Order: sequence, then C-alpha cells, then structure tokens
Amino acid sequence: MYFLKRLILMVPLLLLISILAFVLVRVAPGGPFDRERKPASPEIERNLKAKYHLDEPGWKQYLRYLSGLVQGDFGPSLKYRNHSVNDIIRQGLPVSLTLGMLAFCFAQGVGIPLGFYTAARRGQWGDFVGSFVAILFICIPGFVVGPLLIMAFAIHWRLFPAALWETPWHAILPTVALGLYFAGKIARLMREGMLGTMHEGFITTARAKGLSESAILLKHVFRLAILPVVSYSGPLLADLLTGSFVVENIFQIPGIGVFLVNSSLNRDYTMVVGLVLVYAALLLIMNLLVDAGYSLLDPRVQYE
Amino acid sequence: MQSAPNALYRIKRAFRFLSQVGEFKLLRLSSLWIPVCASLVFPGCAAKERRADLVILNGAEPESLDPAIVTGQPEMRIALALFEGLARFDPRTGQAAPGLAQNWEKSADGRTYTFHLRTNALWSTKDPITAEDVVYSWGRLLKPSTAAGYAGQLYYIKNGEAFNNGKIKDASQLGLRALDARTLLVELNSPTPFFIELCASPALAVVPRQAIEQHGDRWLRSPALPVSGAYQLEAWRIHDKIRLRKNPLYWDGAQTQNEVVDFLPVESANLAMNLYRTHQADIIWDKGLIPTELMDVLSADPDCHVFDYLGTYFFRFNVRRKPLDDVRVRKAFALSVDKNRIVEKITKGGEQAAHHFTPNGVANYKPPQALGFDPNEARRLLAEAGYPGGKGFPSFQYLLNAKKLNEQIAIELQEMWRKELGITIELRQMEWKVYLATQNEMDYDLSASSWIGDYNDPNTFLEIFLGHNGNNRTGWNSERYDQLLRDGNMQVDPRQREKLLQEAETLLVRNEIPIVPLWFYKGITFFNDSQIEGIYFNLVDEHPVNAIRKKK
Repeated sequence: MYFLKRLILMVPLLLLISILAFVLVRVAPGGPFDRERKPASPEIERNLKAKYHLDEPGWKQYLRYLSGLVQGDFGPSLKYRNHSVNDIIRQGLPVSLTLGMLAFCFAQGVGIPLGFYTAARRGQWGDFVGSFVAILFICIPGFVVGPLLIMAFAIHWRLFPAALWETPWHAILPTVALGLYFAGKIARLMREGMLGTMHEGFITTARAKGLSESAILLKHVFRLAILPVVSYSGPLLADLLTGSFVVENIFQIPGIGVFLVNSSLNRDYTMVVGLVLVYAALLLIMNLLVDAGYSLLDPRVQYE
Repeated sequence: MQSAPNALYRIKRAFRFLSQVGEFKLLRLSSLWIPVCASLVFPGCAAKERRADLVILNGAEPESLDPAIVTGQPEMRIALALFEGLARFDPRTGQAAPGLAQNWEKSADGRTYTFHLRTNALWSTKDPITAEDVVYSWGRLLKPSTAAGYAGQLYYIKNGEAFNNGKIKDASQLGLRALDARTLLVELNSPTPFFIELCASPALAVVPRQAIEQHGDRWLRSPALPVSGAYQLEAWRIHDKIRLRKNPLYWDGAQTQNEVVDFLPVESANLAMNLYRTHQADIIWDKGLIPTELMDVLSADPDCHVFDYLGTYFFRFNVRRKPLDDVRVRKAFALSVDKNRIVEKITKGGEQAAHHFTPNGVANYKPPQALGFDPNEARRLLAEAGYPGGKGFPSFQYLLNAKKLNEQIAIELQEMWRKELGITIELRQMEWKVYLATQNEMDYDLSASSWIGDYNDPNTFLEIFLGHNGNNRTGWNSERYDQLLRDGNMQVDPRQREKLLQEAETLLVRNEIPIVPLWFYKGITFFNDSQIEGIYFNLVDEHPVNAIRKKK
C-alpha cells in the first residue's frame, strides 16, 4: 500500500519537475537558434521559431509538450535537428546505464571489502593503509583520474584503448575512472558502519556466546553496518546510471551524461526537459527501491 | 625442536587471521560481481565493427546532415560527401570544378547560366539525377518552411529573396527552369562572380525529393537513403560515430579512394590527441582539436600541417554608445593595438597579423591597408576627442565568449590600452549563447568576434557590414558603404569590381572603423604524410573525402 502510494505520488512530482525545467531553461538568456552567423534575413529566424512553435505563448507550448509527453514523445531536439529526443535517449541511455552499472559494481566490489578490511583491522597498519587509499580515491576527482589512467594504461603501456566505446576492453578504464571516487566513499561508509555496530549490545552478546570473530563480523555486524551503504547506493545508482559528463567526455562515450550538460548550454529546450525527466524518474525509483531494501535488511524498519 | 611448533603456530595464526577477517568469504562475495559485470558489458558493447579504412576526428557532433540546414564546417564536410551540387570543390585548389553538371555557359552580361547535367549522374538508387531535382533542391532551400540558415546563398537568383521572405508564394517565379531533364537555366539578379563557388557549397547540393517528402525532418535517418555524392550514410550514432560507405553509382566513383570512412565527433583537444597517438584515428582536421597551449611542441611534429585559410579574428565597436560613436576614439583604440604582439605571444600557430579585414589570398581581390600601430597618433586623437591621457573616459567593457584564447587576447588588449591610452577596460566573459544574445542585442561596448568566409570571394567578408545585415551587430550603418558594395557586385569587369570593393573596405578598416581586425586564422591538420595522400591545403579548407587515400 505504502509503495503504491509513493508510486502514484511520483506522477504529480514529475509534472512539477517538468514545469520547472520547462520554465527555467526558457528564462536563461539566449535561445536554441542563436548562432554567430545570422541568417540572411530575420524572416528565416521567424520561420524557424514558428516551425518549432517557439513563437506561441509559454502555456500553449507547455500544453503542446505535455500532450506529446503523455504519448511518450519528448519532441524533436532543437539542436540535433535530424534526431528526436527519444532517438537520442534511446541511443545514449543504454550506454550510460551499462557504464553506470559497471561503475556501481566496481565501487561496491572495491568499497565494501576495503571498508570491511579496514574496520576489522582498526588501529593497525592495514587500517591506516586501507583508509589512506580510500581517502585518496575520494580526493582525486574524475577529471584527474581519467587522464592519468589514459596516460599510464593507454599511452604508456598500451594495455587499454585510450577512448571510444566498442569492445569490453574499452569499458575498463572509464569504469575505474567513474567508480573510484564512489569506491572510496563506500569504503568510508562501510568502515564507520562496522565500527559503530561493533559496540552494540547484541554484538557483545554474540561474543559472549563464544561465536568466532569472523562469524560475528560477517553474520551480525555486516548486516547492520551495510545499511548506510544501502541508503547511499540508491541515489548513487541513479546518479551513475544517467551518465557522467566528465567521464563520458574524457573517454568519448556516447551516453546521455554529455547531453545532460550540453543541452542546457545549447538551450536545446526539449532535450533539457526530456533528460531532466528521465533523471528525476530514475532518482525517484531508486529511492523507492532503497526504502524497500531497508525493510528487508533491517527488521526494525516497517512501513505503514 | 623449538622451531617446528613455532612455524606451525605461525601458519595457524595466519590462517586464523584470514578467516577472521573473512577475506576468503568476502573475496567470494565480491567475485560474485564479476559475472554480473561481464553479463552487462557484453550486450552493452555490440560486436566489434571492422575499423574503417579511414578514421577522421571531425570536431563537434553534426547538428544535422541536411545540406539545407548545416552551418558548421564539421557537418558541411560530411554533408558534401553525401550530397553533391552542380559543382564540387577541387581537392587541390579548393575552387569549384564541374560536379553533377558537366559544363555550363554564362551569358555575356553574367546574369544567366545554362547548366548541362552529366548523363551518368545517378542517385544511389539508380534513378537519374535530373534538372528537376536541382529545381526542387534549390526551391526547398528557399522555401520559408525549411527555415534554412543559408538560404541567403540563393538570394542571388531572381526572386530568391522575395520567395524566401514569403513575399512571393509561387516557386515557379524563381529564376530557375529545367529546360529538359539535363539542362537547367538559372537567372541571377546581378553578375555574381562567385556563383559557381556557391554551386559547390552544401546549401546548393541536390537532395532526394521522395525521401524528404516521405520522412519529413528525420529523412536523413530513413533506411536506404538516396544520395547524390560519393558516399552513402551507413550509420549515424549520435555522439559516437558517423560511418560512410562508398556509393558505387557516384559518377566519379572509380576515383573514390576509401570504401569505409568513419567520422568521430570529438570536441576535446586532449582526447583527439590521445586517439591520434594511439592510432585509433588517422586525421585530425578541426582546429579546435589542437591544444593551443601545446602549439610550441606540436608545430615541430612532422604530422602537423599549418596552412592559410579564410578567417579573421577581430573586435567590434558598438558605435551607438558614447564615446565610441566618435570616430577619433575608435581610431585611437585601433592605433594603439600592437597586432604582432598578439600573434607572437598568444596564438603562436604562425598566424599573421591582420592589416585588413578580408584575408590575404582571397580570389578576385587585393585588400587595402588598415590603420597600423601608432600610439602617438592614438594619444593625439584621444586628446582631440576630449580625453587627454584617458582622463574622464567612462568605464567600459570588452565582451568575450569564455574561452582561453579569447581571454588571453582580451588581457593583452586590456594591457595595451592601459599602457598606451591610460584607459582601463573591464572584461566581461560570457557563455557562448549568452555572448551571442548580448552581442545581438547590442548590449556591449567592445566585443571579441571572428568571421570565417563561406566562399572564396571578398563579398563573404564585406557583406556582413551592410547596414541591414544581421551579422553587422556594430550599429554602423553607412549608406556609402552599402552603395559601393552594391555597385561593385553589379560590375561585369572584375577590375572595376575590385576597385569599388577596395574603396568599401577602406571605409571599414581605415576611415570609419566599426571593427578592428587583429589576426588571420591558420588551419591546422594532423596526419602522417607517409600514410595519407590527397589532402591539399587551400584557402577554403575544403578536403573532399573521396580524394583522400590511405596507403595500406
């Protein structure tokens, strides 16, 4: 019931978001058809605006847009004029989803064991080294990691291709560049979660029962300590799945992350609204999934 | 005796430590991700395509490949590989040579052309390309509903402008007639010496009527797209690649050098260099893809080819604003700019200082001299205008699009004017679209600008400062200038025309100065001479793809 209600609530929320995006992008100075080279007569510009109905009053444009939206049509792109926004999302989203999913797995696969290890070895060399590495991951931004990875693994050692998106080999460097920061974040969250949980009463009880340390850590501590990671993972996944401007740019990956930023710079009105809606919908769904995941992991959490 | 249990104890301890930390289990846990990841990657990256015979790093993602819509060089180059006009660019000289038309005759007054189409000109669908196709294509460019940015290129034909502006509704009144399937008659308003050059431009290319009428705006993405040029469009994945395949039915198909050509839409200079250095690409031919800050190093590379082309970097004055409405003030600004310093210190690609607006080497024309560098005269003029030593000069701004090169030049200018004139300007950096809107609304004092010629003739530079031209954007409106240009373009004798145009440009860069030219662009192309043949340097920076050959 609770989840159904949340699902229904998403509709007005998305509508509101579409209105906001629709208005804000039009408020920005400059328009989609402004360019350095003016056409030979102002008439041409007028024709162009009329063609895309930009000469109509705002509310009428919005209603027109909405009626398309209801049928799943995001309209034509104003910048890439032989493509519709649907075409571009259909081409770019699977790529961004793949890369995002890979980076997500990488971040979890590296972050969770690293956090677990540093917590288990707290106060020892393993902890210092592991925590230092995790902090390093967080501190170095993607636009530094990416070029460094390319320099080392693509130019110097020629192990991986420098860019493009063709074979699985092409996916490795961007996955690492995109996932490293989040791996560090997850390692930190995991470590803190573990340390916090280890002082709980029920852990002392488990110890008193004579359970081995590894059983305690894996069966009892881990399950609770992972919760901060889970709640962080929802928005993280939404963020990663919609692509990354920086990494997609550095590795020339045909995802939608690049469009999310460039479309607003280009004042590509329809594309901005379309992509914002996709992003918002993904974010809302992920949050919902996280909440569902919570109730499974933590028996104390229940939804009315 | 002592050592054996000790060793055993150590092994035991090590094992206990491992199981304690649970690393084995965790490793297994994280190794679970591997099949998950793998299953995701493989469908995501489709089976590897064969590497194209030629891979070109082409600059920005094309906004369109419709010849009537394209405005940028990256997209025009691809559009021209797909669709040809009556003429095409000669790869060596960059001048128009016969394309779909085998030859043509010009009337004595230079106003009527009769084109004869090739008998072997075919669409890639085997249908013949007829004079009717040309009439349709040109009519489509001018049709108001096409809203073509370059419709102005056909304003030279009779009634072209009126039809484009909707004043004439009937397309049959255009100065265009198909006399028979292979003969086209074109009537112009005035002798237009560069009309054949225009016939080679993408805007005037011949496009397939049926596909356009059937598929509307998305016609380029229709299956089995009929093309009139040397290549067919095999794949167009946005932000990924455009793949062209040889059109065997192209009239000159025997000369097409590469079967498959890929264009990668790359916008970052570093990325372009990485791809080039790792041999994932053969040619970089967009100037924006060469990192200017590395020019010192890169220009020593034998793969780096620098050549002249038709582009001028300049700044505009807003002549409607006080005190810039005073020509003495504008002259003072112009005279105190040391252009050589800018090309030596900042651009560094071998660019030449611009002592006139129309670049060197343009066809049919020798440009006049602009004002030089004379700070003493500048100070004298500024004092005469009422601001001795810059005293009392109102605060004002220099508008620029936020890009590194523009910023460096702006800072240099700022310093020159402070030193020579005692005037301090503020820099106003703006994101591209805002910069354009601001310049267009004349909400600026000085504005960084550039202009690239559309065809090889002074008119493509001079016409933008006609009073009514949308590209003027200085507020300068000189009846005399407009008259000189109009008269010049009416002349049949090229010498007479040149004289009139020179007089007009003198107004622009010497007498009235709504603009100050700073330097002329250089084109830069990266490719390995020993592998790539068929790229020749010409002023219009045209390198037909079908002429480029990669040695195997």
